[in-house]
Amino acid sequence: MAEVLLRIEQLSKAFPLAGGKSLTAVENVSFTVEKGSICILLGPSGSGKSTILRIIAGLETQTAGTVRLKDKPIRGPGQDRGMVFQAYTSFDWMSVGKNVEFGMRINGIPAAERRERAAHFVNLVGLSKFIDTYPSRLSGGMRQRVAIARTLANAPEVLLMDEPFGALDAETRWQMQELMIDVARASGTTIIMVTHDIEEAIFLADKIVFLSSHPGRLREVIIPDFKPATRIKAKEQVLELPGYGAMERKIMGMMREEGERV
Amino acid sequence: MAQVSDTRKTGLLRVRVPVSQWQSILSAIGIWVVFFGIWVLATQLAWVNAILVPPPGQVVQTMFRLFAEQNFASDVLVSVLRVVVSFAMVCAVAVPLGLAMGAFPAIDAVLSPFVAAWRYLPAPSFIPILLMWFGTGEAPKLALLFLGVIFFLITLIADHTKEVRKELIETALTLGASQGVTVFRVMLPAVLPNILIAMRQMLAMAWTYLVIAEIVASTTGIGAMMMRARRFLHTDEILAGIIVIGALGLLFDMAFAALHRRLFPYLQEVR
Repeated sequence: MAEVLLRIEQLSKAFPLAGGKSLTAVENVSFTVEKGSICILLGPSGSGKSTILRIIAGLETQTAGTVRLKDKPIRGPGQDRGMVFQAYTSFDWMSVGKNVEFGMRINGIPAAERRERAAHFVNLVGLSKFIDTYPSRLSGGMRQRVAIARTLANAPEVLLMDEPFGALDAETRWQMQELMIDVARASGTTIIMVTHDIEEAIFLADKIVFLSSHPGRLREVIIPDFKPATRIKAKEQVLELPGYGAMERKIMGMMREEGERV
Repeated sequence: MAQVSDTRKTGLLRVRVPVSQWQSILSAIGIWVVFFGIWVLATQLAWVNAILVPPPGQVVQTMFRLFAEQNFASDVLVSVLRVVVSFAMVCAVAVPLGLAMGAFPAIDAVLSPFVAAWRYLPAPSFIPILLMWFGTGEAPKLALLFLGVIFFLITLIADHTKEVRKELIETALTLGASQGVTVFRVMLPAVLPNILIAMRQMLAMAWTYLVIAEIVASTTGIGAMMMRARRFLHTDEILAGIIVIGALGLLFDMAFAALHRRLFPYLQEVR
């Protein structure tokens, strides 16, 4: 078994509401994320999956429970947990290259090394031709590539992604999913991604953490072990594997139950 | 019936259908031709008293005479300097304060109630006390311009800073940015184009207060020249002054627009 990078234990989060009440978004959720793996948080809306990701990022504080990265509890956001959002986050006043350098720049990496690493990750996401272009000149998918390169170049322990491809058209989304396989192969970065796209979850995941809704509880940890140990890049090949259909049907059934439960 | 559908295709007024470049140029020239036409007609046909409303030609001649013979340029220079100096002071205070209020709710909580109240105090109501405090030199004029503009600019900048998208700030934080880096390296550059637009809008207001200051309490500047002209019924000089103020305002506005294009090339449409 691989080394545990992130350990989430009995995590709960309640948001205060008007009139002294509170809304429980996450209740008593525990799971682990292994180093170098892709962990998908999947569930219907209202299952608290984004809240869990934001707590890991340090952008929200939990009401109870612990999140430990390499056995150290998380205190606020930091360079070791880079986040990619669904909304575009490119810094429009900088070129693509400078965007990718930004994290390294504020963390004191020398200029020469910065440029080299930026060029490497811009190339990894296939944007070498656009390194001197302003992000506002790029399409939505390309801007998400910039965000991914910028986060990876900053060498985080874990890459957090909050429905990163939710705003993209179907074709671009599929290309981005395959890009993530390239990224995982090339960088070995641990990835935690929130999605409600079942196909995306099964294609990318080493582990699917399925959450039920209202409040968000852990329903089941699903390991898509029908996939071979080395990641397959071509999505259609994963869809063709025996075992894919059964898993998709199982998860769709769980989604449906969650929908009917409310 | 056929006629009805024809007018729909070619009618002059069609909701949100853009006009051609030619039409917009002709329209712009046209409205001014009509304006000056009515002015000329009104004076030629003696609809109005020629002493109160001189013909446009005379106003233009007077404007040149003012520059050539009566050292009007020095009045214009004094007015421009007052606007520039006071507006620079306004920006030096409003930009950091507005940014701080927009970035830190703790600072906003302190300053916002104060700034909001001042915005509702008309600056000209301070003229009597400013004259008592500062005498008749440059200080009361600069103070009036400062008071008249600063609270509006602070509010505009604070509001624009509050509109910087949360995801940009959170991206910076998860890249390891400190509070200071987040404010100065992400929020400030993100809001800077809007700050410049706010400055451009507020500069027009500074011109308004300048004229008030010079009409009420000054012996120099464009406004003072216009008040002197009033005593001698020189309406042509007053109108020349108004035209010069308008032209200067337009010039400053164009300078700001050019600066905006220059500083923020990434906001330009790709051609």
